[in-house]
Amino acid sequence: MSNIKVIQDKCTGCGLCIKACPTGAIRIEKNKAVIDLDKCTLCRACLSTCKFDAIRISEQKEARQDISSYKGVWVFAEQRESNIAPVVFELLAKARELADTLDTYVGAVLLGSNIEDKARDLIQRGAEKVYVVDSPSLQHYIAENYTRAIVSLIKRYKPEIFLAGATTTGRSLVSRIAVNLYTGLTADCTGLDIDREKKILIQTRPAFGGNIMAQIISPNFRPQMATVRHKVMPEAEVDVKRKGEVIKEDCFSSSSEDKRIKFLDFIKETVATVNLAEADIIVSGGRGLKEPANFKLIEELAGVLGAAVGSSRACVDAGWIPYSHQVGQTGRTVCPKIYIACGISGQIQHLVGMQSSGTIIAINKDPDAPIFKVADYGIVGDIFKVVPSLTKLIKEKLNR
Amino acid sequence: MKILVCIKQVPDTTEVKINPETNTLIREGIDSIINPFDMYAIEEALRLRERFGGEVIAITMGPPQAQGALREAVSLGVDSVIHLCDRKFAGSDTWATSLILARAIEKVGDYDLVICGKQASDGDTAQVGPGIATHLDLPQATYVRKIDTIHLDTQPKILVLERLLEEGYELLELQLPALITVVKEINEPRFPSLRGKMKAKKIQIPTWGNTDLQIREEEIGLKGSPTQVVKVFTPPQKEGGKIFKGEEAESVAQLFEEIKDLL
Repeated sequence: MSNIKVIQDKCTGCGLCIKACPTGAIRIEKNKAVIDLDKCTLCRACLSTCKFDAIRISEQKEARQDISSYKGVWVFAEQRESNIAPVVFELLAKARELADTLDTYVGAVLLGSNIEDKARDLIQRGAEKVYVVDSPSLQHYIAENYTRAIVSLIKRYKPEIFLAGATTTGRSLVSRIAVNLYTGLTADCTGLDIDREKKILIQTRPAFGGNIMAQIISPNFRPQMATVRHKVMPEAEVDVKRKGEVIKEDCFSSSSEDKRIKFLDFIKETVATVNLAEADIIVSGGRGLKEPANFKLIEELAGVLGAAVGSSRACVDAGWIPYSHQVGQTGRTVCPKIYIACGISGQIQHLVGMQSSGTIIAINKDPDAPIFKVADYGIVGDIFKVVPSLTKLIKEKLNR
Repeated sequence: MKILVCIKQVPDTTEVKINPETNTLIREGIDSIINPFDMYAIEEALRLRERFGGEVIAITMGPPQAQGALREAVSLGVDSVIHLCDRKFAGSDTWATSLILARAIEKVGDYDLVICGKQASDGDTAQVGPGIATHLDLPQATYVRKIDTIHLDTQPKILVLERLLEEGYELLELQLPALITVVKEINEPRFPSLRGKMKAKKIQIPTWGNTDLQIREEEIGLKGSPTQVVKVFTPPQKEGGKIFKGEEAESVAQLFEEIKDLL
């Protein structure tokens, strides 16, 4: 059984697909591409590279459900300690736009304990219907309990699209919901659009740490689910005149609680004064700082900018700063409006964690450092001179 | 304890170079490695075995070459491995992949804990771990940064752990069997031992296909996958940035002029 084939009449043997294949499954024989099925994982990287439409993957799919009965764009209103996560307001703006294109409504799902008064915040940001499930068992996020509540809401109201923030909570919760409902889920999207003709959601997301972008659809399954990266979409504006409906659901009670898992405590970490994921500006330090004490230069610059402090892997591995500050492949992926890299050379593992930031500023003494390739602005110079004088200048000119 | 570790073979991004002209990945001649996050999963499993006894089994799904990842796992010290390999599995998205892994774990049976890395470095979805937990109806904890205590003499067995969040961490108590996904902070992976390397060379790797797992064909591979990739492209490259190379004080002033409106 082979789902992928090379259309012999179309293939010119140009070899572009060989470069695109991440598993090294393609070779050219007698001027035609040959795919080694033992290596191919049907990832489709070759399909869009081929200029001649010579590689085909056969799909045999039909709708599994009556998808026409699914309406509405829903947002998961994530909260911690009764505070709505800021990414939710970004989702509401996007949901509004998608719902307008589809001519449908925006819904928000709010789970928690004594949480109902937060529904108004969601309405003011554009939710027309807020589904509230209030139970002491939902006070803290437990994947199993949240899944049970949301699955029963989705089965009852059948939204066509369901969005959540790509946070630690969102990503693990929605995976569970999607498997439970047997529907498609796309992680960590940076773009969402509607195919107007087919009325389906087109989800764009980075893969290979942002070096490749992929567009993904789930045409035959509902709801179409996606988690969305924080800080890539603008927040919905507050409009106090907006009206909406609050729908209280009692689809979850303490008897539905999963007794196999218990929340014991939440410990806020004091070292991370500003949350990297939510920071508008991040100032990061790297090996160029030479010793741990010099991180204070980074902290001072971050201080005048109201920024969070990030770090390259090297400094974390050397024990200069805790892991929670690490930006990059094995640390956090961040997407602030401004990212300032000080004394960071820009190894690929670091770049994949920050290259989708709005504006990137690099300060490094080596003019050939790879960080300058992704930088919008850069200074080639000694960080021990540049960083303090930048801090001073900002303090003076902006009265910080 | 009987611990199962799910691993994935991925292209080694530490060797990935970017073509400076096209800004795309140069993929030729790249080695395959165990997904970096899975190394922490393997290490944690080995440490638990050292503390509590038992066995560690590594499972991977992938084409024939994925056996390399399993051999590496053996060289690190896992007791046995299983390779899930069948053309019928190819093209599986996270839904179908987690189903296949879940059925294999069920077939192994009688386990206490399933450990996965928090995500794979190629797909970056972080969806397969929770997906497996759901297919198996197991309690889950993602982004685990520390295992505090394990009580194996209680009924049921209990695991207390720390789960990393954006603003701190939370303490959770799980009944076993359970599934956890781990972050880098949890440990420092060991290097392969000489004895492990010898064993890795010789080990016969059992391969399970769908005849072994008996999953309905509509639920696996491309057919069973709700998501479809319609297009893969290279992101638009950045316009050349403004780089100031002059005397430092002057560069700082120039930079400030450029960015002051953003601050």
